[in-house]
Amino acid sequence: MQFYASPEQVQRDRSEYARKGIARGRSAVVLSYEGGILLVAENITTLRKISEIYDRIAFAAVGRYNEFESLRRAGVRMADTIGLTYDRRDVTGRALANAYTQTLGAIFSETQKPYEVEICIAQVGATPEQDELYRIMYDGSALDEPGFMAMGGQAEAIATVLRERHDVNADLNTALGLAAEALGSVGGENGQTRTLGAKQLEVAVLDRRRTGRTFRRLADATLTTLLGHEEVADADLGETDAAPPAPADSKPTESAASQDTE
Amino acid sequence: MATGFDPSGRLPDFFLNTGTSSFTQFLSAAHPELLPGRRPLPPGLNAGDVAPHGTTIVAIATADGVVMAGDRRATMGNLIASRDIKKVHPADAYSLIGIAGTAGIGIELIRLFQVELEHYEKTEGAMLSLDGKANRLAAMVRGNLGAAMQGLAVVPLFAGFDLAPAAGVHAGRIFSFDVAGGLYEETGYEAIGSGSLFAKSALKKKYRAGVSTEDAIRLAVEALYDAADDDTATGGPDLTRKIFPVVMTATANGTHRLSDEDITAVAEQVVTGRMENPGG
Repeated sequence: MQFYASPEQVQRDRSEYARKGIARGRSAVVLSYEGGILLVAENITTLRKISEIYDRIAFAAVGRYNEFESLRRAGVRMADTIGLTYDRRDVTGRALANAYTQTLGAIFSETQKPYEVEICIAQVGATPEQDELYRIMYDGSALDEPGFMAMGGQAEAIATVLRERHDVNADLNTALGLAAEALGSVGGENGQTRTLGAKQLEVAVLDRRRTGRTFRRLADATLTTLLGHEEVADADLGETDAAPPAPADSKPTESAASQDTE
Repeated sequence: MATGFDPSGRLPDFFLNTGTSSFTQFLSAAHPELLPGRRPLPPGLNAGDVAPHGTTIVAIATADGVVMAGDRRATMGNLIASRDIKKVHPADAYSLIGIAGTAGIGIELIRLFQVELEHYEKTEGAMLSLDGKANRLAAMVRGNLGAAMQGLAVVPLFAGFDLAPAAGVHAGRIFSFDVAGGLYEETGYEAIGSGSLFAKSALKKKYRAGVSTEDAIRLAVEALYDAADDDTATGGPDLTRKIFPVVMTATANGTHRLSDEDITAVAEQVVTGRMENPGG
């Protein structure tokens, strides 16, 4: 019976446990393109890996669903609380990323079982250079990865594909094609590449040009058309899946009181 | 600030709990001081005279959805506290909210309600039904009953486009409330606030079911004109300062606020009409 385990050993064991858990799931990529930030996760279920946090901030995760779902809810709660107490403009991706690193770090070192998740907080800016991508690991370590990032078990291999071809000035078609190809570059039998279709992907964008809530999902017909490398009229991109409906242009983008100052 | 939630900077447990998807319910556990109606008021005091009051709001069900309009005046006793307050706001992509009563509490209620709807939508990945939204708002009004008894009453008017109406129900629906949180669905049209009596009388004579959105906008501005005509707390079209009612619509295309040019044109037509016939 073992009485003593060195702290190094404990940390190593937990890391290995978390990494194994994350590697079991499918991967996700997030990248900047000319019109905003594109989030793509390989996902055949209706349980979401990508979602909206606030006006210009989105969340993407890989790993254990129940764990990242509770982190996602916490993020929405935190963002809405800050937005209500201060102003919508005061909700930042960095504050969220900080809260997540602290939370995941504490869970990793203080509890028996670490979270088996890797999450991304993406905040879209006015130009691709102003986009912010934070990648937060299961142990609370955070990486600021400008341009593009891949998460999941084979993140390195996927990131290699992205690194070679990623261009922040690419259009949505090209960016989505690259993301699908990068995700398909791993996981095939005998190292073969796979072609991922609309049914296997969960896709959303933070649209740089929108005011107010910029998050929208791309699904079904729109996604199929985009994956076929056909152009989709900008107006049609607004079509999302059944829920939630696309916010109208006059969606409250500012608080009721601050509107009176215009 | 975010890190102020907990000394360590990590998210406190109640953030990570599954809990409900209601933001006000979350706040009542996490930050009860942020909820109106949770603040103790000095007993025996009537605060109603020291806070500005917002007044008349009208809503009309149209063939395509609903139209809501509100005048721009806030009063404090015999004084005009504001000439250009906005009392009609979008609640979310398909619904509108207007307020009458204590302006400060009303604005806070609107902000909180907007966050409540957006929070649910983000957490659940789906919108609340229109009835669900109205019920949430009723609960929030109910929470303010204590303050209302001390003169800080606020009553909202809620209207929206129902994306999934029950069979035989028109998609454009209007809900009114009382200070105790009573929720009443209205048919055709409704008005709240001090000038509502006159606005509703005007609408009673002119409203026809299935009115077009364009005609309903005109009707709403006329009704507000009639309210301003007989109620000192309601502001009429201000031609010198170019301050006109806030008019919003909610249809299948979402909510829309009438542009300054559009509302100026409508208001000028109404005023010109009244030059010839003051009774409308």
